[in-house]
Amino acid sequence: MFHVKHFDVVVIGGGHAGAEAAAAAVRVGASTALISMRKDRIGVMSCNPAIGGLGKGHLVREVDALDGIMGLAADAAGIQFRLLNRRKGPAVQGPRTQADRKLYRQAIQELLARQPGLEIIEGEVVDLIDGPNGSVSGVELLDGTRLSAAAVVLTAGTFLNGLIHVGDQHRSGGREGDVASVRLAHRLAGLGLKRGRLKTGTPPRLDGKTIAWEGLDVQPGDDEPVMLSFLNKAPQARQVSCGITHTNERTHDIVRANLGRSAMYGGHIDGVGPRYCPSIEDKVVRFADKTGHQIFLEPEGLDDDTVYPNGISTSLPADVQHDYVRSIKGLENVTILQPGYAIEYDFFDPVALRPTLESTVTGLYFAGQINGTTGYEEAAAQGLVAGGNAAAAALGRAPVLFSRTDSYIGVMLDDLISRGVTEPYRMFTSRAEYRLHLRADNADQRMTGLGLAAGLIGASRAKIYDDKMARIGAANAVLGARTCSPQELQAVGIGVSRDGTTRSLLQVLAFADTQWAQIDQLAPEMVSFEDETKAQVWRDALYAQYLHRERADADTLRRNELQRIPAELDFTNLPGLSNELASKLQRRRPSNLAEAERIEGMTPAALLLVLAHCRKANAARAVGQ
Amino acid sequence: MGDTIFALASARGKAGVAVMRVSGPQAHGALARLCPVPAARQAALRQLVWQEQVLDEALVLVFDEGASFTGEASVELQVHGSLGVIKALTQALAQMGLRPAESGEFTRRALENGRLDLAQVEGLADLIDAETEAQRRQALRVLSGAVGKRAEGWRKDLIRAGALVEATIDFADEDVPVDVTPEVLGLIDGLLTDLRREIAGTRVAERVRDGFEVAILGAPNAGKSTLLNALAGREAAITSEIAGTTRDVIEVRMDLDGLAVTLLDTAGLRETADPVEQIGVARALERAGAADLRVFLLDHPAEALLMAPQAGDIVVQGKADLHPSPEAVSGRTGQGLDQLVARISAVLVGKAASAGVMTRERHRVAMIRAVEAMESARHQIQGPSGAAELVALDLRRAARALDVLVGRVDTEDLLDEIFASFCIGK
Repeated sequence: MFHVKHFDVVVIGGGHAGAEAAAAAVRVGASTALISMRKDRIGVMSCNPAIGGLGKGHLVREVDALDGIMGLAADAAGIQFRLLNRRKGPAVQGPRTQADRKLYRQAIQELLARQPGLEIIEGEVVDLIDGPNGSVSGVELLDGTRLSAAAVVLTAGTFLNGLIHVGDQHRSGGREGDVASVRLAHRLAGLGLKRGRLKTGTPPRLDGKTIAWEGLDVQPGDDEPVMLSFLNKAPQARQVSCGITHTNERTHDIVRANLGRSAMYGGHIDGVGPRYCPSIEDKVVRFADKTGHQIFLEPEGLDDDTVYPNGISTSLPADVQHDYVRSIKGLENVTILQPGYAIEYDFFDPVALRPTLESTVTGLYFAGQINGTTGYEEAAAQGLVAGGNAAAAALGRAPVLFSRTDSYIGVMLDDLISRGVTEPYRMFTSRAEYRLHLRADNADQRMTGLGLAAGLIGASRAKIYDDKMARIGAANAVLGARTCSPQELQAVGIGVSRDGTTRSLLQVLAFADTQWAQIDQLAPEMVSFEDETKAQVWRDALYAQYLHRERADADTLRRNELQRIPAELDFTNLPGLSNELASKLQRRRPSNLAEAERIEGMTPAALLLVLAHCRKANAARAVGQ
Repeated sequence: MGDTIFALASARGKAGVAVMRVSGPQAHGALARLCPVPAARQAALRQLVWQEQVLDEALVLVFDEGASFTGEASVELQVHGSLGVIKALTQALAQMGLRPAESGEFTRRALENGRLDLAQVEGLADLIDAETEAQRRQALRVLSGAVGKRAEGWRKDLIRAGALVEATIDFADEDVPVDVTPEVLGLIDGLLTDLRREIAGTRVAERVRDGFEVAILGAPNAGKSTLLNALAGREAAITSEIAGTTRDVIEVRMDLDGLAVTLLDTAGLRETADPVEQIGVARALERAGAADLRVFLLDHPAEALLMAPQAGDIVVQGKADLHPSPEAVSGRTGQGLDQLVARISAVLVGKAASAGVMTRERHRVAMIRAVEAMESARHQIQGPSGAAELVALDLRRAARALDVLVGRVDTEDLLDEIFASFCIGK
């Protein structure tokens, strides 16, 4: 008899999804085990050395607002902070930082070590333990150890049936240097879940000591760095700059001449790659008229000379990579430390998931790349949802649910579940219908309350949040209560027409050129508020007048969510629906009209049909009663 | 599937032929109980027999499911247009358990079964109501899906403009062409021009559907009512030698060169102390002002008009029998009437030519909302801050407003456009 250990939640995988899932489960109060093949690789950034960005930075802030660990680790490891879209409105600004790989890994490992009740186990999961009624009740490790658990969170990343391609060479493997979990993949295949295949590419890694930096453009961090976590104010590591260079006609000629040797163009890869992260092969083919493409030379760490050339991922053979890289300005004598490669991997169709990220197998939760997403941030956000919900289920608590109207997390979950994945899914701000409300700056105002209700928020974060909300509330109260006539406003230099309308200072704040000095004259109490509070009150006020437009849409969405689609409705029997749409509807089984509307290829005419038949079915039922 | 319905598709009353339509899963089965069922889409002469009684001899047409107007299995029976035959046939169908159709139910089934879209249903309704050539042509345009086609073109432009703006937001850090403003403005301006023209055309299209109003104006006793009666070909208005006989506005509907026209006969325009006549004059001015065309009928060649003619209005000398001139008209003798009709219809045909394919108030409301949103987007782009996120919001609003006419603009469409246009690679 092998040794059996009992946990509430077992998390498989120590990547960004796994780390966040384990931390969330512990915060909710579950006894938790995190299983990783190698303890020292927990928190590894396997692709580009950066956290955050547009949409992605929003996700990190939401994870942070729910007391997660990604933002804290990113701030600890950040070596070049930039607020993207700094000159655009706050709604579309996204915090981002280059992160020192080693510092990031260390920060994650330290944060996990600090979680009370979290056991980190080094090992390889080779099997799932069957529970009653087709559920999962634990995992078995390679050494025969069995861990029983009420819920299992699987964050297998690209380990599942991973296949690495460098030119026409390929071999089995997950992330570079890891063993692919072929046996677990085989076991999962037996669960009858629908699978697909995706691919992702990486650029060659360069030796920074061999780059001619002198002639290259430099991209420094922001003068006033903005942190990823609400808890931090300033960078902790030494700050550095990135370099910028470009491909040229000669680079493109070399790539073009060798397209047949590329894994992707040579036909060695079946998986679908992302549209937004094209390989250099893709760029040369699809944008043939462009004579140069920008490359960011991103340092991988402070005491690491490795440079990540962002923008030239490839699956060409190593000798071709060598030639084309050396055709680029500044890289004429560069040494490639590790050639770029493309990786193919399996994912499970996320359409089968519940909003808690529980799969159709009771007790088994999926998070991260296994659901068809790409990116650390997307993975971490799902990890938090899966870990938090696995713990809630194990402890018999209510599920933690998110909506498109409250968060980017909600947008992502809904996109995955109601639309599925046709390419690696990445977050963009344009995916959020309620973008003016779902900002990175107010993620705590939107999410921490929800987190408190779910038991996800620790005491110290709760205190900081309460204090901040009190300050913002007080400032809003002052500004909302003070109303001014046009004459008063003009007296301090605020340009308004003498239309006899009195305006509150909250309204005045939204004017393009209002200065705090002017507001302070009209409401002297405001002087006592610190700049941070004022800035946040300003951001809220800026969009207040537009929010009603978004709210009208949100109301429509909620109305459509309320229009239930009867579970027994047989879409294949709805005449007038194209076969393709009917089979999509039949497969996804939208539970309400809003979900049906978001299914790819849905047309208003088809939606009308579904609605008409719902009404008919409901009427028939009413008559039957 | 629903139940099987039937109804008389032709007008009630005695006629040479009447058409009974049956639609639903039992349509073919019901026919089989009356006569041998012919092959689909092949007309066949059959004796209809119910409970051993011959109901009538009928031309029978059978349509299969998916290949009929409603999309359901259906049958059309062309019987003799006799009240007795129709009554007997109705009873037979009802006894088989079929249900009389509610009004519009065949069309609703066509909509529910995806055979027609919403605008096409509207077009169909208009076609059935069409009385004139212009109404028929317009309704057919809508029925053929012209609304959808027009809106589809706008949708493409809106997606393009939205994608350009979104690209500057979501890929600010990447290899995206920096200044997309000229192209976005170009697209918005093009859309605004199109939509404004179409909105203006909606009014005309509504007129084509509901009829143009032509007001006859002139001094008391200028012969307006006589002219109206002559044009209408009947005594619609009372005429007399007494000035001010017409007090209220008299309306006569007629078909002028294929256009539906309502002629308005109005009280004679003059300063008067009679309170009843004052009301009549005020009403005349009000209705005439709102009409699509005014015909000023002069009593005397040098007469001053109480209301200024608008562009396109017609001024003619009346009482041609008393004031002979080549341009003059007379309701009494019929002189110049053909020329006047030709002039009126020339003006109206010119107006009708600008009719858009959008014929409904709801089309107009949708387009006006879209225009407002795009005007706001334009304002934001040119404003000092050039707030991209607000421009994007307005473009999304515009697209959603046009949803009423066509499909929903989805984020995926935007992303498709972005990735097709830009090399995004960081």
